[in-house]
Amino acid sequence: MTDVRPMIEVRGARKFFGPLEVLKGIDFSVARGQIVAVIGPSGSGKSTLLRSINHLETLDGGEVWLDGVQVNQTLARRAFEKHINSVRQQMGMVFQHFNLFPHLSVAENIAIAPMKLKGMAKADARALALKMLDKVGLADKIDAFPARLSGGQKQRVAIARALAMQPKVMLFDEATSALDPELVDEVNLVMKQLAAEHMTMVIVTHEMRFAAEVADRVIFMADGAVVEEGKPDDLFRNPVQERTRSFLKKFLNG
Amino acid sequence: MQGLDFSIVPEYLPLIGKGLWWTVVISVVSALFSIVAGMGFALIVLYASPLVRYPVRLFMWLFMGTPLLLQLFLIYFGLVQIGIDIPALWSGIIGLSLHFAVYNADIFRAGIASLDKGQTEAARSLGFGAWQTRFYIVVPQALRNTVPAVGNMMIALLKESSIVSMIGIAELVHSAQLVISETYRPFEFYLTAAALYYVLNLILEAVLRGIERKVELSR
Amino acid sequence: MDIALIGRIIPVFVQAAWTTVQISLLSLVLGLAVAALIASLRLSHLAVLRFFGAAYVSVFRGTPALLQIFLLYFGGPQLGIQLEPFAAGAIALGLNIAAYMAESIRGGVLSVDRGQMEAARSLGFGEGQSMRWIVLPQAAKLMIRPLGVNAVALVKGTALVATISVVELTYTAQRFIGSTYKPFEIFAVTAVLYMIMVYGLTLVIDWLDRAYAEEA
Repeated sequence: MTDVRPMIEVRGARKFFGPLEVLKGIDFSVARGQIVAVIGPSGSGKSTLLRSINHLETLDGGEVWLDGVQVNQTLARRAFEKHINSVRQQMGMVFQHFNLFPHLSVAENIAIAPMKLKGMAKADARALALKMLDKVGLADKIDAFPARLSGGQKQRVAIARALAMQPKVMLFDEATSALDPELVDEVNLVMKQLAAEHMTMVIVTHEMRFAAEVADRVIFMADGAVVEEGKPDDLFRNPVQERTRSFLKKFLNG
Repeated sequence: MQGLDFSIVPEYLPLIGKGLWWTVVISVVSALFSIVAGMGFALIVLYASPLVRYPVRLFMWLFMGTPLLLQLFLIYFGLVQIGIDIPALWSGIIGLSLHFAVYNADIFRAGIASLDKGQTEAARSLGFGAWQTRFYIVVPQALRNTVPAVGNMMIALLKESSIVSMIGIAELVHSAQLVISETYRPFEFYLTAAALYYVLNLILEAVLRGIERKVELSR
Repeated sequence: MDIALIGRIIPVFVQAAWTTVQISLLSLVLGLAVAALIASLRLSHLAVLRFFGAAYVSVFRGTPALLQIFLLYFGGPQLGIQLEPFAAGAIALGLNIAAYMAESIRGGVLSVDRGQMEAARSLGFGEGQSMRWIVLPQAAKLMIRPLGVNAVALVKGTALVATISVVELTYTAQRFIGSTYKPFEIFAVTAVLYMIMVYGLTLVIDWLDRAYAEEA
């Protein structure tokens, strides 16, 4: 019997930056193995939403659940620290600016979390790193340092680093926005491969074409609210809302 | 005018050499302590509770605003009067270490503050706790990024280690003084000591350049 | 804390602090003058002059200030140089800090864009005129902070002249620690006086830096 509980569930998410309400009560859920793309203009709150799933942003209201466990539950400081660390180990996060650790080699970047957080032996962690690098097509860079890699390679290593923790979901925060155009495809290819393996993914992106190709569902956000959501075919071809239409028009023409 | 006569210098070189050895030992030990303690102070100033943070900040402020010689006098001649008797050698090492730890702490604090916020976020997103993130990600990077600045402090430390001669530690300057009290040839022997410091300084600079290059290579 | 003792010793310590101020100022003036000379040697077109400038900086920065003081005060008479402790201390400290200040001055000049010199020369200014009217005014702003750091180091460095019996703050502190058995009271008074000088000077530098920055 398959588990029908959603993998990620967000209920009534609200967030303020000072007086500015950047998330105005967002509800959405992601089923097991589902791929959701979140699109929208900059400042729409899509990155904030993604970051609050990982609790890098603390919500001012609402709930985030991962696989039946509430992420942002109320606990004493110490207990919450323990709780959030274990929850985060089950989520892979990929950042716009890669955030590889510059003082560690590629192998160490990938191995450090399994070693220090799961107590994996050094040799095993290195083998795991190699396996993950193989997956993203960078096995030959295992002993390189991040500064020697291209942006696309850095991002693929960052994906490998997240995958090494065997996460239940992968969160992508504009993973290709900081890349030169010719390097975007290699990263997209890795993400498509993950999609083929039925990884549950939430992808915040500027790339409509990629979203249409890979996502099971697309969410269009503007001004801190979900304007419209649906299957990519429907949302991109026949948007219902005027707001969605004008956004897509600008994007597809420009 | 007495004039100069360097021909008597070689005779006393073994004694001077002993002083030189102690200068190296004191400098190396104090340098290591000052780096470890400096990072400790930096982490306290940045992350510890106010109860610990403010006393440490007060201490740093006091030590930055006063001369090393005065601090050495306090530790060696002062503490003994309230029953804390620290031998001269350790007084010197403690004084040098604390004096430079305070400067290193300032460098480390700035180094940590200038790290990209994404580094902490990436570590936290993998499930590292706050102190784990500092230990594995923040501190190593801050140490690497501050090699040039801390290196300059260590160059200053080597030279200022000469000041511990004033509390009677038999390092280079002190052994030169011993020889001078016998030979009445201050210029010759102070110049010899200065030359030896100059050579030590060159060696230290070469070592630091080596470290900088190594750090640079793994970027 | 023995407040009565502190009250009694304060006049003596203020007197000693005044000596520290005097020796700091003298060394600062001497240091700046020598530093300007050394920096111009370092920036000269002539390799010989550049070498002498570099050698001065390397020797004075490569050896302890304490030994420089000892060489002048104790070793000077062997060369026919007889100086009072105060004068020997001020001169040695001035020559020492000059090496550091020369590098601050040179750093300031070098960080002015080369295009400034070229533009001035293209207008018909001579080399020296371009330096005087175009480059130096811009470099001066960039020198304030590094020279300020040097000056603060100098104030703390004046403690070294205690070793040749100049009756300044640290010398006085040591004497009183030995005679009163109240190290913390003595340290507190001395530290406060040093910090007034050091942090006072820091404030002046901050103010200068801001005043000039606004002008830019």
